Amino acid sequence: MIYLELFWSFFQIGLFSIGGGYAAMPLIQHQVMEVHSWITETQFADIVTIAEMTPGPVAINSATFVGTLTAGLPGAIAATLGCIVPSCTIVMLLAYLYYRFRNMKMIQGILSGIRPAVIAMIFSAGMNLFFTAVSGAASLPGSLSEINSKAVVIFIGAFFILRKWKISPIWAMLGSGAAGLILFSLA
Amino acid sequence: MIGYKRKKKDFGFDEGDDLKKIKKSKQLQLFFSVFRLSACTFGGGFVIVPLMKKRFVEELGWLDEQEMLDIAAIAQSSPGAVAVNTSILVGYRVSGVSGALLAVGGTVIPPLVIISVISMFYQAFRDNAIVSLVMAGLLCGVAAVIFDVVFDMLKPILQKRQLLPILVFAGAFVAIRYFDVNMILVIFLCGVIGALETLYDGKRKKEL
Repeated sequence: MIYLELFWSFFQIGLFSIGGGYAAMPLIQHQVMEVHSWITETQFADIVTIAEMTPGPVAINSATFVGTLTAGLPGAIAATLGCIVPSCTIVMLLAYLYYRFRNMKMIQGILSGIRPAVIAMIFSAGMNLFFTAVSGAASLPGSLSEINSKAVVIFIGAFFILRKWKISPIWAMLGSGAAGLILFSLA
Repeated sequence: MIGYKRKKKDFGFDEGDDLKKIKKSKQLQLFFSVFRLSACTFGGGFVIVPLMKKRFVEELGWLDEQEMLDIAAIAQSSPGAVAVNTSILVGYRVSGVSGALLAVGGTVIPPLVIISVISMFYQAFRDNAIVSLVMAGLLCGVAAVIFDVVFDMLKPILQKRQLLPILVFAGAFVAIRYFDVNMILVIFLCGVIGALETLYDGKRKKEL
């Protein structure tokens, strides 16, 4: 039965993709193209593009996409459920352990060692996004001519407004989207 | 936004209300908060963490900043999507198992609906000029939000001038960004550093 197959494939993807995001991509490709031939290579490339262009985790987006293409909305739901069931059980258990033991001195020490590293990870994710936004590639561009000055203006504007007026990040993002539509369509 | 304001007002008047009602409105607030964040979060992975920090630490005051960072570390080290894992942890903190399930629902429903709709005409969507212009602008905004949050989180560390956290931050950043070291390995090593520091501190205190 296709729904069970979708559920089981994405269950394995959800279980073995640690670290999220693009770590899951090769696993997804293996399941949906090699184990089952649910989609073609071109469709897979489209999935990656669409998953990047739409909100939400890449794995969930791909699950929904593959599920819809193979078995409509019920397929999308089966694949998405498969994707989140491993997380739900494992992370819930970890949440219980964390709130139970986090006040122990040793655990506190370990966690305080990890916190600055988490800030570094968020910072690095921000740099990836920044370079993608201003030059189309995730790392420092080779020359200044690759930098899109309009994108830099939107970034600085949004950053300034966020720092100065503490607006909600959702408005900052939607405003930047609107600014992109206006600025980038001007020749 | 309107829904949120009304709820906040309810909380102000709740002295006579029973606990159940408060709990229910808190769960609703949780669901719609993650729903909105998920619907607006482009870029995936760690991008949801600064947004959640803004919402749950600064706007609602449900978690403290250290807790948010711990949650992010656990979410990154567990199987599955980081955004889903973060939601589970935040939901669990706010309202136990039912909170966790509500938060997962709020996280997956927006992409589920959006992708189901888009998959019907995805070639048109992919090649649409307006969509790509808005997307390009949105990315700049998301980057700005992340930098804003990183600035806020770095401030206390830099102000306290403790050497170890600053070194861990810099070392982790270089390792992830320039040497492509696995994030879980970085988390593990930094945990070991934290454990050693705790042992060393304990020993030093005994000697004094």
